[in-house]
Amino acid sequence: MLARLLSNDTPRSPVLAVLLVAILVALALAPFVFPGTKSLNVAAKVAVFVLLVASYDLLLGYTGIVSFAHTMFFGIGGYGVGIAMAKLGSGWGALALGIVAALLASLAIALAIGLLSLRVRAIFFAMITLAVAAFFQILASQLSAFTGGEDGLTFRLPELLRDRLTAYYAVLGVALALFLVLLRVVNSPFGRVLLSIRENEFRSEALGYRIVTYRTVANCLAALGATVAGVLYAVWLRYTGPDTTLSFNIMIDILLMVVIGGMGTMYGAVIGAALFVVAQNYLQDLMRLASGATQGIPLLPGLLHPDRWLLWLGVLFILCVYYFPAGIVGKLRSR
Amino acid sequence: MKADWLPLALVPLLALAALPLVGSVPTWVTLTVAGLAMGMMIFMMASGLTLVFGLMDVLNFAHGIFISVGAYGAATVLTRMRPQMEAGSLAADLSAMIPAVLAAIALAGLLGWFFERVLIRPVYGDHLKQILITMGGLIVFEQLIHVVWGADMIPLPRPSAITGSFILGEAAIERYRVLAVIVGLAVFAAMWLLLNRTRIGLLVRAGVENPEMVESLGYRIRRLFVGVFVAGSGLAGLGGAMWAMYQEQVTAQMGGQVLVMIFIVVIIGGLGSVGGCFLGALLVGLMANYTGYLAPKLALGSNILLMVLVLLWRPRGLFPIGKA
Repeated sequence: MLARLLSNDTPRSPVLAVLLVAILVALALAPFVFPGTKSLNVAAKVAVFVLLVASYDLLLGYTGIVSFAHTMFFGIGGYGVGIAMAKLGSGWGALALGIVAALLASLAIALAIGLLSLRVRAIFFAMITLAVAAFFQILASQLSAFTGGEDGLTFRLPELLRDRLTAYYAVLGVALALFLVLLRVVNSPFGRVLLSIRENEFRSEALGYRIVTYRTVANCLAALGATVAGVLYAVWLRYTGPDTTLSFNIMIDILLMVVIGGMGTMYGAVIGAALFVVAQNYLQDLMRLASGATQGIPLLPGLLHPDRWLLWLGVLFILCVYYFPAGIVGKLRSR
Repeated sequence: MKADWLPLALVPLLALAALPLVGSVPTWVTLTVAGLAMGMMIFMMASGLTLVFGLMDVLNFAHGIFISVGAYGAATVLTRMRPQMEAGSLAADLSAMIPAVLAAIALAGLLGWFFERVLIRPVYGDHLKQILITMGGLIVFEQLIHVVWGADMIPLPRPSAITGSFILGEAAIERYRVLAVIVGLAVFAAMWLLLNRTRIGLLVRAGVENPEMVESLGYRIRRLFVGVFVAGSGLAGLGGAMWAMYQEQVTAQMGGQVLVMIFIVVIIGGLGSVGGCFLGALLVGLMANYTGYLAPKLALGSNILLMVLVLLWRPRGLFPIGKA
């Protein structure tokens, strides 16, 4: 039963299994075990980013293509809900309309980008997606009548979701369910073809698989996953704005999470997202202590300044790409 | 190889097409000079990227870091040279600006050497890892800039003799923009001469076409790689210094902000082509200034529009290079 739920892709490492169960239990019991607004926010962010990072891993780790437009789809989800709820009122109808419109828009854009630029080399796709994402960001800030510009949109949710606890479990439930769906996708025959394209494009094509089709479908699935993650995040924050969804910094965060957690392993998304979000929120406190303790030594306090936490994750990221291309999860599994 | 003149006509065509839309000739002259100046600065920043890609097949997503570091290097020197900058004579200004620009080039070049040596060398030939590693480098070095120069924006006043404008007929032309055009043309001319008239240039061009052949003829292509990478980074530093003086401020994010524009220029020009990069930069610069005047809301997105149009016409850019 459990193996079926996990699509027979079990953790295959006792340490990893313990970590995953610990993260799941922590998320499930977060409202009761860690009281306080901050820890609940951290838990919800972990849940949303697990889904976002897992959908990105479908592209980067399983298909071997680098996209910089993943935050754009994240943003489409957020803005879809945000615009619908802000303009049409806080009913279930508006919420559903926003979600469906966002999913359709993402699908159309992902299809267009995929068909136009996935035929050529990986580098070209990376550059095109970077440009398109930048364009979308400009669009969101310029069409301020719709999107609220730089200020973003604040909106009210349907009655049932106004309770923080219900909202939290709704977010967690949807994220978990879609994570299992993604796990199913990568362990299906379709997922195996993606892996073969990643490993040897030419040979896969020679075996008769249309690689452009497979890549485009993977791109669309990843985009839909990111859109749902955007919807969840907007629902949780009751707000959508450029800084929470579209900013390039989030794209960098996603890259860090995927690579540190482990490319090409769905569980890497869980480990990476949990580690990163916790580090983002709590590493700074630790660094504040370290920075205080090293006062007087030249340069060290600057390097350990709480605002420089990204520096150390960046170093970890580079080390991961060189020495552990399969990240933490790959390292745990190989033992 | 058959000469391909058609794309060359694009720049004058774009300028002429804008004339009736803008309406008044003096405004048009001002805008055109501003566009050309912006294009020249973009060219300086982008040329290294396209050259490195053409020769080594490496797309450096951390190229923006060289731009930022160049700008910070120049700012560090200039803020120590306040008195010369306020003296008001061109000679005094140049005595502050030349060391500043040299510092920018040296610092960015040095960082480029380190980058090639430590980060990029192990991942030649693996695009996926290159993109990831250079992104990692971007994150780490942007943070290191914060550590070294602090997290706040540094204001950067322009030297006094090159602020203000010429009046040409009824058109006002900022002096700094004229300087930028002159420097940009000089850089392009020097690069063109180096690539087309010297032995090193011959080897670089041959290396772009067929690296194995160059190596089998007994030349060390690795040294050529390092040289081009350092030169490209230095140029980015120069461009960054010029761009910072144009914006009159320096931030660690500025490299990342112009990176998208640089990528667009490189794509428009054709990956790896220096001439294409020059044309692309001028087109983007002109387009940004015309649309900024005619339809400010569209200005930020005009580059992307231009890219789409060019790619519809020539899917591999204006001057595609062999292996792209």
